[in-house]
Amino acid sequence: MPYKIIGDTIPQPLTGTPGDPARGRELVLARTTTCILCHSGPFPEARFQGDLAPNLSGTGNWWSAGQLRLRLVDASRFNPQTIMPSYYRNDGLVRVGRNFAGKPILSAAEIEDIVAFLVTLRD
Amino acid sequence: MSSWRAILVTALVATAPALRAGEIPSDARRSGYTFMGPDTRAMQDDDTANPGMLFVLDGEAMWGKKTGTAGKACADCHGDARSSMKGVAARYPAFDKATARPVTLDQRINLCRVNHQQATPLPYESRDLLALSAFVAHQSRGVAITVGDDPELKPFVAQGRDLFMQREGQLNLACTNCHDDNFDKRLAGSPITQAQPTGYPLYRLEWQTLGSLERRLRSCMTGVRAQAYDYGAPEMVALQLYLMSRARGLPMETPAVRP
Ligand code: HEC
Ligand code: HEC
Repeated sequence: MPYKIIGDTIPQPLTGTPGDPARGRELVLARTTTCILCHSGPFPEARFQGDLAPNLSGTGNWWSAGQLRLRLVDASRFNPQTIMPSYYRNDGLVRVGRNFAGKPILSAAEIEDIVAFLVTLRD
Repeated sequence: MSSWRAILVTALVATAPALRAGEIPSDARRSGYTFMGPDTRAMQDDDTANPGMLFVLDGEAMWGKKTGTAGKACADCHGDARSSMKGVAARYPAFDKATARPVTLDQRINLCRVNHQQATPLPYESRDLLALSAFVAHQSRGVAITVGDDPELKPFVAQGRDLFMQREGQLNLACTNCHDDNFDKRLAGSPITQAQPTGYPLYRLEWQTLGSLERRLRSCMTGVRAQAYDYGAPEMVALQLYLMSRARGLPMETPAVRP
């Protein structure tokens, strides 16, 4: 799915259908999505949350949907040294495991769901 | 500056290996043991509770048993392991003159089996190989790691360091991102350690068995969704060599216990 970066955002959604915030919340909490390996957030039911990255509470206060979309698609645009994976990229990677080769970590629809959820995280 | 001080400073500069950015200074190096809870530590400390000791006992029995068409036991060549094997694991992987490459302790054991006992090599991660290597490494418990001196090993240590620094896999993370830059933090529920290889082979509660350093490295590689190197691959040996040289000065703990 091609996308266009403007400034520090991807203003246009990656899919035609709007993201579903409830599904986005489930995805952020799913271990296979990897977010809470590093991040914590307002997730009282999740026992194990990481502390390698900022707490996600209040994300929607500070970031627009367009900024969050670019952050998820390619966090290295914000910080070239970041440890946060680029979730929508499949080039420039080294020794990707056989089961994961040639595909991004998340699909366009999953990214839209997560963006739709993150913008609801307001204090 | 008086001349004796100048000499002292020069000597220090000449002998202290230069520390590169992101590397852990020698007085800040910590075994995985220091990251564990009291229960797991107690299990490691008490030989009667440490499940790894069962493997050490099996290894001791194998040490004395004649094998292969040569009809020789390890003990026939090496005698009492308590003296002949003391400190050996603390300097492996070591340079092998015949192949001009570093070999791991597991590979050395198999070279002895093939060349001196005329027996078949033991498969990686087999119970017998783990037992023998646990028994040999146990003789170095408390001995400080010395790997990294040998000038012939230099290019291989450098290769291992490059692999440690290389981002890889779908998650695009390098060993250094977690083990140099983020130890003491938590990846979900697990404390991230400095990846000091002091206790291998070790008993992991998650595995419910003893496992080699290579098994641990392969699970970190799979964790970042990279294609793990095969057991015994040159890259695997180089990484272990770098890790051991990075752990210089730390005492061996085999068989350690980890969560
Ligand atoms: C391996 C670690 C890691 C993973 C996995 C990870 N992140 Fe991040 N994330 C970071 C770090 C570190 C930062 C801080 C800024 C930086 O270094 O880029 C960050 C920053 C962020 C920010 C901006 C927060 C702020 O307040 O500045 C958001 C939003 C975010 N991540 C969301 C996510 C989501 C959603 C996922 C999963 C789909 C995820 N992250 C997965 C490490 C990670
Ligand atoms: C995303 C984070 C992360 C990355 C990247 C990573 N590891 Fe680990 N590593 C861990 C965690 C978490 C543990 C284990 C904790 C435990 O023992 O329960 C661990 C454990 C280890 C240990 C065992 C330490 C002990 O005390 O027994 C070694 C050795 C190790 N890693 C080496 C590596 C190497 C080499 C690489 C690169 C190929 C690597 N790791 C990449 C997170 C990571």
